[in-house]
Amino acid sequence: MLDAQLEPYSRLRENLAKRDRSLREKVMSLEEAASFVQNGMKVGIGGSTMSRTPMAMIWELVRQRREHLSCSRCITSTDGDILFGSGISDHIITSWFAQGILWGLSKVMRHHIETQGKRYDEWSHMAVGMRFRAGGMGVPFLPIRSMLGSDVMAQRPEAKAIDCPFTGEKLLLVPALNPDVALIHVQRCDAYGNAQIDGLQFMDIDLAMAANSVILTTERIVSNDQIRRAPDQTKIPFFCVDAVVEVPYGSAPHECYGLYEPMMKHMSAYVAQVNSDPIEGMQAYLDKYFHAPKSWNEYLALIGMEELLDASQKGRSIYND
Amino acid sequence: MTEPVRHTASEILAILASRQLTDGQVVFAGIGTPLLAATLAQRLRAPGLTILFEGGVVGAFVEPGKLPPSTNDQRCTKRANMVLGSADVLLLLQRGYVDVGFMGGAQIDQFGNLNSSYIGDPAAPKTRLPGTGGGNDISSLTNMIVAMKHEKRRFVEKVDFITSPGFLRGGTSRAESGLPSGGMFRVITELAVFGFDGESRRMKVLALNPGVSREEVQDNTGFKLVFDEKIAVTEPPTEHELTTLRMLDPERLFTA
Repeated sequence: MLDAQLEPYSRLRENLAKRDRSLREKVMSLEEAASFVQNGMKVGIGGSTMSRTPMAMIWELVRQRREHLSCSRCITSTDGDILFGSGISDHIITSWFAQGILWGLSKVMRHHIETQGKRYDEWSHMAVGMRFRAGGMGVPFLPIRSMLGSDVMAQRPEAKAIDCPFTGEKLLLVPALNPDVALIHVQRCDAYGNAQIDGLQFMDIDLAMAANSVILTTERIVSNDQIRRAPDQTKIPFFCVDAVVEVPYGSAPHECYGLYEPMMKHMSAYVAQVNSDPIEGMQAYLDKYFHAPKSWNEYLALIGMEELLDASQKGRSIYND
Repeated sequence: MTEPVRHTASEILAILASRQLTDGQVVFAGIGTPLLAATLAQRLRAPGLTILFEGGVVGAFVEPGKLPPSTNDQRCTKRANMVLGSADVLLLLQRGYVDVGFMGGAQIDQFGNLNSSYIGDPAAPKTRLPGTGGGNDISSLTNMIVAMKHEKRRFVEKVDFITSPGFLRGGTSRAESGLPSGGMFRVITELAVFGFDGESRRMKVLALNPGVSREEVQDNTGFKLVFDEKIAVTEPPTEHELTTLRMLDPERLFTA
């Protein structure tokens, strides 16, 4: 299974022609939205590192025990551990994979790569972005000038080095990446899926355009009137979006720009637990935080009021002078 | 004689690295020592230094005591000039807007190639490392400064895997591989400051850190270093540099 098996352009167009692109309400629960993600699908994950991670949607997919998801994200943090550790994914396409620079190497990632045969396909950060962009542009590839000469390139026969037909220079063509479904978390959107993103947008716009369907989780649902008062803030148009789920603190324990910073006590405790025992430690974490809670709010309660408030105070301070 | 100022190895890394940046430059900085050193340079002698982060930040001005845990966190954007998509900020490198890239390193070789992907055979790795992030893009597309710990196992003749290209196999091999611009400019360690020979592209000692001998540098390096006849000795960190650095990182996130 080469991930560069491109979606034929005709199929991309057919898929889009079949999607209901009318201005319609699509608010649903996490449970319902999860039905857009089927076993074996290519799943694009929005945000980057510890920022605007669609954690609530990942949480739901773990609870529903999806299998064999092939996931892509520009930079992977503890979400990658959880995708591998829970067994829902055995293939991750990314540029960087550890919990965070403060904690060194991820023992969970190492365990699953070094001894379990799971795949981490490494691309440069820009290459991941250009793959989503090509997907969003409806072209099979884009040329880049990085990765050339490196072993990162040598390891990725899916990318093709060519001599430019105009200049004769060496260029690397990176193949389009069109996920079956994208999971994206935003600060606010309306019931139709017009999504407004504050702060860093990462690769989310290209990802939304590239994917064959998009599940949007949002800190809050606002009225369409409110969206229309500031259309310049809308980064993803409603017709890209298939499901809207309102999930306050939907990136916890990661951050959501302007609302909360990463919950660092929880993160550090998590890292200590799973890095000391990537099998049992991870299972205990998943049992406690992913499978036992009856709801996302119960999960947040386990992280704890003090952590949430502290993260919120820091998150909002970005707007302080 | 004044008493030398006491400092840790990571503090001297940050301070010496910050001295490599000049006012008016556009620098693309990675997390950790690079972010800290670029911010230090901005505070001490280069107020017009423009700092870019791969999360999509143009013109960062990081707050003292609020260092971001990655270059993708909201703290990176505080008082910045602009935020962009991550691919777009990396494309600024490709277009040529960036004077210098600035990263840490796990393993480096005599031609300045960096490995942050695998220890051992990549087909059956002893250790899978985190990978390139934006490192490959930065080092492919601009002039690089690398700040890293100096150990024999990190300074090797040939890296196990070229994650971020330096001068590849030396000579003109970098340009021939499709990388006509950029290349390794400086490597900063707690022992010395290195450049690269103009022709062979081998790593070369430019200056020794105070109190460090040639033998000490060579003994901690896994390949034969080039030494010029006259080697400078770097000025030790000043009190002002250290106090400013400690003001920026009071929790010692990146200077432990």
